[in-house]
This record gives sequence, structure tokens and C-alpha cells, in this order.
Amino acid sequence: MSNKTDSNIYTIIFAIAMVIVVGSLLAFMASSLEPTISENKRLEKQQNILYAMGVNANDEGSAVFISTDKAPQAFSEYITKQLVIQDGEVTENDQAYLIDVKKEKSLAKKDDYSRRLPLFIGEKDGQTYYIAPIYGKGLWDAIWGYVAVDEDMVIRGAYFDHKGETPGLGANIKQRYFMDDFIGEHLLDGNGNFVGVTVSKSNADPTNKDKMDNEVDAIAGATITGDGVSAMVKSDLRLYEPYFKNLKNN
Amino acid sequence: MGLLSKKDAKLITDPLADNNPITIQVLGICSALAITAELEASIVMSISVLFVLGVGNVVVSLMRNIIPNKIRIIVQLIVVATLVIIVDLVLKAFAYELSKTLSVFVGLIITNCIIMGRFEAFALGNGPWKSFLDGIGNAAGYGVILIIVGFFRELLGSGTLLGIPVLGDPIEKTGLYAIGYENNGFMLLSPMALIVVGIIIWVQRTRNKALVEDH
Repeated sequence: MSNKTDSNIYTIIFAIAMVIVVGSLLAFMASSLEPTISENKRLEKQQNILYAMGVNANDEGSAVFISTDKAPQAFSEYITKQLVIQDGEVTENDQAYLIDVKKEKSLAKKDDYSRRLPLFIGEKDGQTYYIAPIYGKGLWDAIWGYVAVDEDMVIRGAYFDHKGETPGLGANIKQRYFMDDFIGEHLLDGNGNFVGVTVSKSNADPTNKDKMDNEVDAIAGATITGDGVSAMVKSDLRLYEPYFKNLKNN
Repeated sequence: MGLLSKKDAKLITDPLADNNPITIQVLGICSALAITAELEASIVMSISVLFVLGVGNVVVSLMRNIIPNKIRIIVQLIVVATLVIIVDLVLKAFAYELSKTLSVFVGLIITNCIIMGRFEAFALGNGPWKSFLDGIGNAAGYGVILIIVGFFRELLGSGTLLGIPVLGDPIEKTGLYAIGYENNGFMLLSPMALIVVGIIIWVQRTRNKALVEDH
């Protein structure tokens, strides 16, 4: 081999050149594809929200969204109101679905900020769905979802997704059999106190016949992801409890 | 194979059996443990690695005469990372559904030691065509093991293949479950992946004694 590639000067120049080339290439790719990617993300949010209220293209076993070209139309058709709850004040905002729940959640850790809570109200076949976004942590990375409940805080639909859970284990939170288990579960206990829904390993009810027990069956091998789901369902949906209390009293 | 000379063909067939990256070189074990609980994930990972290793080997091979020796590992790492990120971005923009399935694998591909191993051991010293064949061969050898492990783990752990129940319904007690069969939940945990890989190594070395190392 020539000594040319061994000299320090050559090494440094090569390193600098490579950083510039690779850096500009990636920056160019990222910024030129950014609009398409964020449009995809926006449509996905609409699909997610619609999925939670049962507007989807599910076949027998798998979870399928309605197609992206139908999503915007279906979204304006089924979602009748988009609310933002902040400090107990409820305002209407038709951009509420674009609120970044992750950002709100981290901002809320500061004392002087009270989190904006988006809530989407959907109507389908005479049933009203209240859909709330939730956000939390799984084993490796973020997990999130949308939960649709009725006036009594009984779950009518749920959608979960994740960034990097283990395929075949934690990643199965977005499988039909896991998400569908939440349907019919009560977020409140018999006395009307908020308890959430726990993803339980020691569940004596694997077919989930008992909908009043505030428990669904866990996925084998995905304990920490399951705990993450329980935690985000509890912590994020609890924040909506005052809204539903008000709803009952009026 | 009219297209390939005998030597070139060996580059592809060797890693499939007697020089398998997982069972003989013991590379790429970490991802073999992580994602083989389901057959589908194994297949997706195999295809992704096939692509990245094939293209990456060619890129590194083309650059082999200008890469400074002192920082060659960093250069290789950047080549893999750049490739993977570009693929991820393009998929996110034009095949969003597919990209969601793959996003989990991005990190696993970059850190897959088979990729770095082939860059270092082969692409740095050989021409682009040979490197391409070597990349495809090794990725296929890796994929074969992944798919075998995924097949057994999903079948014995969940009673399904590609998500479709094949042994009956464990809750309704139909099919095999009617006569008392139970899914083995342990198959879903990583240690069993290691044991399945161990069994494959055992079978392979029993059939071909030349592979057994002397001590």
C-alpha cells in the first residue's frame, strides 16, 4: 500500500471532506423530504384518531387504517368537535389534533405551565366517542396511542403505537388482539374513582370476559412495554377525569 | 451458474453453510436474539440486511484505495449509517406504512457486526463485484439462520406462523391444544434464541466434522 493514505494530513483532509460530503447529503435529503414526511405524519394522526373510534378498514384479524386519501374527508365527517382543555377551560380548536403531546408533557413538568389537553369528539352510528391522545415510555423508546371512551369513561376503542419496541414482543401492543382487549374496559372503579386499566401478567381472566376488573391480559415477554401502556393510560387519561365529571353534572 | 465463475459462486454459497456468519463466525448474534420471536420480523430484518450489506460492500470496495487506514473503521461506520438513514428517509416519504414496520430495525442494522465485519474483512481488499457477491452471500447466510430461529420460536412460542394460528386455538382448546398441548412462553424470550442457535451449530458440526475446532 502506498504511504500516501497513511499520512496524518491526508487522514485529516479525508475526514473533513467526508464529513462535509455526508453531512450535506443527509441535510439535503432530510430537508427536501421533510414536507412529504410531515404530511404523512399528519394524515397518520387523523387515521389513528379515526381508528380509535372504530372508523377503520379492519379485516378479521389485523388492524388496518382507512386509506390515506380517504382520511381527511372521513376526519371532517366523523370528528364533530376538537377541544383543547387547559386549566379546566375548554376551547374549540380545529387544529387540536396537531398538538404535540410529547412536547406538552415535557413542558408540563415546569411548574408554571399547564398542559394543553386535546380531546376529539366523534359521532358514529348515534354513539358519541371522546378520543384522547396518550403518550408514554416503553422498554426502548416512546409509546403512544389514542383511546376512545364514552360519557362514563368506558373504553370504546384504542390504538397503540411505538417507536422501537422489540418486534414480536413489545411491538405487539399495536396488534388487534391486544388493542381490542381494551374495548369495554372501565377506567373508573365501582365507586366512580379513576383507576385506569392495568396490563396484568397475573390475570386470571385471559379471555377478558370480565370488563369491570380494570385489567387486560399482558403479552408474554413484554412486561416492561405492558407496564408502560398501563402507566400512560393511567397518567394521561386521569387528566381528562374532571371534564367527564362536568359532563355528568350538566 | 453460467453468470458466475466457480470462485464467484463460492462467495455466495460458502456463507450459506460452511462459513455461515452466525453459526461459524458467531457474528450478528445480538440481532438474532432480539428480533426472532416472530417469523415476519426475521424476514424483514433479513431483507434489510441483504440490501444494506450488498450496497455497503460495493461502496466500501469502491473507496478502498482512498480510505485512510487509521480511520477506516469510522469510515465504514459512516457508510452504513448514511445508507441506512437515506433508506429510512426515502421510505418515510414515499412508503410510510413500510417505514413504520422497518423503523425498529434501523438501529439494529447499523450496529450489526456482520456488516462491519464484511467491510473490514472483505470489501477493503476486493473489487466491487466480488464484494457485492460476498455481501449478498453473507446476508443470505445470516438471513437463513434468522428465519430458521424465527420459525421455531414463533411456532413453539405462540403457535402461529407469520401471525396465522397453525396449531389451533389455545383459548378455545382446539387442534393440538385439545389434547393438552401448551405454548412454551419461554421460546419468546431471548435465551431460547441462543439455545436454538446453539442447536443449529450442534447439528451443523455433527454433520460436517471439519468445522469442529481443535483445542
